[in-house]
Amino acid sequence: MVKVVLSNPMLALTQGSRELEFAVSNYRELTLALCAQWPQMATLIERSAVAIDGQIYQDAFAEPLASGSEVFFMPRIEGG
Amino acid sequence: MAEAVDYKQIGTSPVRPDGFDKVTGRAQFGADVNLPNMIHGKVLRSPHAHARIKSVDVSAALAMPGVYAAISGADFPGGRLEGEAGGEGGGTMDDVAKNVMARNKVLYHGHAVAAVAASTARLAEQALEAIKVEYEVLTPVLDVVAAMDAAATLVNEENYTALPEKPENPSNIANVGRLERGNLDEGFMAADVVVEREFTCPMAHQGYIEPHACIASIDERGRGTVWCSTQGHFEHRAATSKMLGKNMADLKFVATEIGGGFGGKTVVYLEPLATLLSEKSGRPVKMTMSREEVFRATGPSSATVARVKVGVRKDGTITAAQSWIAFEAGAFAGAPYMPGAMSIYAPYEIENFLVETFDVLVNKPKVAAYRAPGAPQAMHAFECALDEAAQLLNMDPIDLRMVNAADEGTQSPYGPKFPPIGFKACLQAAKAHPNYTKPVPEGAGRGVAVGFWFNVGMQSSAEVNINENGSVMIIEGSPDIGGSRASMCLMAAETLGIDYDDVRAQVGDTESTGFCNVTGGSRTTFATGMAVTQACEAVIADCKRRAAMTWGLDEDQVEWEDGQAVPGPGVNADVKPLSLAELARKAGKTGGPITARASLNAQGAGAAFSVNFADLRVDRETGKVDVLSYTAIQDAGKAIHPAYVEGQMQGGAAQGIGWALNEEYIFDENGVLENAGFLDYRIPVASDLPMIDTEIVEVPNPSHPFGVRGVGETPIVAPLGVCANAVSRSLDMRITELPMSPPRLLDAIDG
Repeated sequence: MVKVVLSNPMLALTQGSRELEFAVSNYRELTLALCAQWPQMATLIERSAVAIDGQIYQDAFAEPLASGSEVFFMPRIEGG
Repeated sequence: MAEAVDYKQIGTSPVRPDGFDKVTGRAQFGADVNLPNMIHGKVLRSPHAHARIKSVDVSAALAMPGVYAAISGADFPGGRLEGEAGGEGGGTMDDVAKNVMARNKVLYHGHAVAAVAASTARLAEQALEAIKVEYEVLTPVLDVVAAMDAAATLVNEENYTALPEKPENPSNIANVGRLERGNLDEGFMAADVVVEREFTCPMAHQGYIEPHACIASIDERGRGTVWCSTQGHFEHRAATSKMLGKNMADLKFVATEIGGGFGGKTVVYLEPLATLLSEKSGRPVKMTMSREEVFRATGPSSATVARVKVGVRKDGTITAAQSWIAFEAGAFAGAPYMPGAMSIYAPYEIENFLVETFDVLVNKPKVAAYRAPGAPQAMHAFECALDEAAQLLNMDPIDLRMVNAADEGTQSPYGPKFPPIGFKACLQAAKAHPNYTKPVPEGAGRGVAVGFWFNVGMQSSAEVNINENGSVMIIEGSPDIGGSRASMCLMAAETLGIDYDDVRAQVGDTESTGFCNVTGGSRTTFATGMAVTQACEAVIADCKRRAAMTWGLDEDQVEWEDGQAVPGPGVNADVKPLSLAELARKAGKTGGPITARASLNAQGAGAAFSVNFADLRVDRETGKVDVLSYTAIQDAGKAIHPAYVEGQMQGGAAQGIGWALNEEYIFDENGVLENAGFLDYRIPVASDLPMIDTEIVEVPNPSHPFGVRGVGETPIVAPLGVCANAVSRSLDMRITELPMSPPRLLDAIDG
């Protein structure tokens, strides 16, 4: 199972559930699973960066996820 | 990842390739492009900080001989623009368009209301005086805390706080951020000392020396070229074409040399105006801002009010931290409220914390990114509170930070666990530094603070072309604001195994190379460097194929060593190695020119930490502060060009010292900026600063082929706290308001 930690704006959709688990093998499958459960999640995912096992991706798409992987959704950062 | 040893090119500091042109005056900056029949554009700016525009009449200006075009908000396509602008705090494209030219309301003093193009700059200025604008003046909103009150005057009647459920009423709060973990009550109960303070940071400008400038030349078909001083010509092209309803393929953007940006040139101001004026007049239009316009209508950073509470045990462990920070966004949403929230505790492992941040509209210029946007203001507050805790515990401030320091595997406050980071290595280097082990000079105070920035990757493209003699030409799409051309050449030379002097790099225009995001977020050496490295690796693969063809071997029987193809181990071939130059000379026989390109969306930018300390002395009679010494230590991952890395650290320190000691936007009660010039807005000059001593720490980023971390943002973060802590220790009283200018310090000294 992949452990998913949602960002604050996402909690309103999940009624406050921050940590979830999914049986998926890549990031695309994870986002599809989230959107299947909460369709409004798609916009929030699009606006988020994501950290997969500590590695920050501004635009993840099909990155592989192993059992035990940790996925954190977080605000996008750009900088000056 | 490549071993951090035995590099031949990386880690050297050759003379910058753009230096000669810059010191001889040959370099072409934004205002240096001149074209036949060129005319000059000027902008009419609002005399009010907050007013409704009742009418704009440009007819009298247009009737003047020598005036070729005049525009106002009505000349831009209507309807709401979708999408967001690049750069931190870029905001929505719709807001950026309304910042470029006001529509129904002016939202700050200096907001663009109309623009003209005339045969001379003087005539254009005279034509501005002929434009008639009727205003209904409204009360300006100038105080960030008062602006948050539900009863406050609204900057934008259509602004509702972005919450999952739309609030009933509009307000000046555009966005809120919140990060939390653990139990605050339990954390503060476990503390032996608790420090609670309110800190303020002023609005400060990026202070780039080159004002905004551009030239647009648009033909009768609406197609043409824009030359501009920018951190991202691709994103400037996208914004300009979107605002004007044009196909971006009709516009070519050329990035000129740039005289500083620091985040402030990630957004458009003049380019859409010059493009529209050129299209209407049928002539090339040059637009340059005066310094006053730069101050009034571009940049600045957010002013902040930060309330911080921290609890610490006797052994130095931070047991709880709570922060509330209001960021001024200026007239449109887009303050760096989330980076502030995410960075404030980032260097530390804290069990119990809460940080709440707010993006608040006020009638001041729309803020823009400024090096590590949001982090200096937020971390200044927390680093000062930690320093006071260290004093209360009679503990060395570096030791206190070491007790709590984040390391590989620490869960960051914003979520993920840190990969390898260099924070502890920076703390160790600081503690052992000879500037730290020597006594504090008589009457001075020593301040310590730390800095952090996430760094980013994002999209980059690069081409590598091998010339007929084996020399190398790189074309990248990232404007060079901090020496990236030299870094690209070093990485290419290292990868190809050739001399640095055989490699050149240039910044291609939007029709010459693939898309690149803005040069910002400390991403260029990391991400564009990765593209250059990948393109060089493709060149090597091609050269091995050509050598195999020449020798009658299989490709996997050829290796690349020291810039030449050689038979692999155990391959029995009586051949001489083929250098890149030899392969290039024979390229016509082996398949044509040797070129390669790479485009990527780089992930895995490694966070950069810093530790700074300095000795400052306050003259108690005048309030003047002398910086006696300043030391900056930072993890660069791997310094590709160490002198440039040191330059980034020194430049960031100088800017941070200026922000801490003197720089601030001073508005009157009507929202008029009173110090819109370098005489009254005082940035540090050489005589204000000592030599900024630097030490580069190298804890390689495992996500980059050479271990690179971005270095441009982090250096500005620590100096605010460093200076405040040094001055506070020097005076033996906590100074919580920046800048610590002489009058403010005299007020504090006089009680």
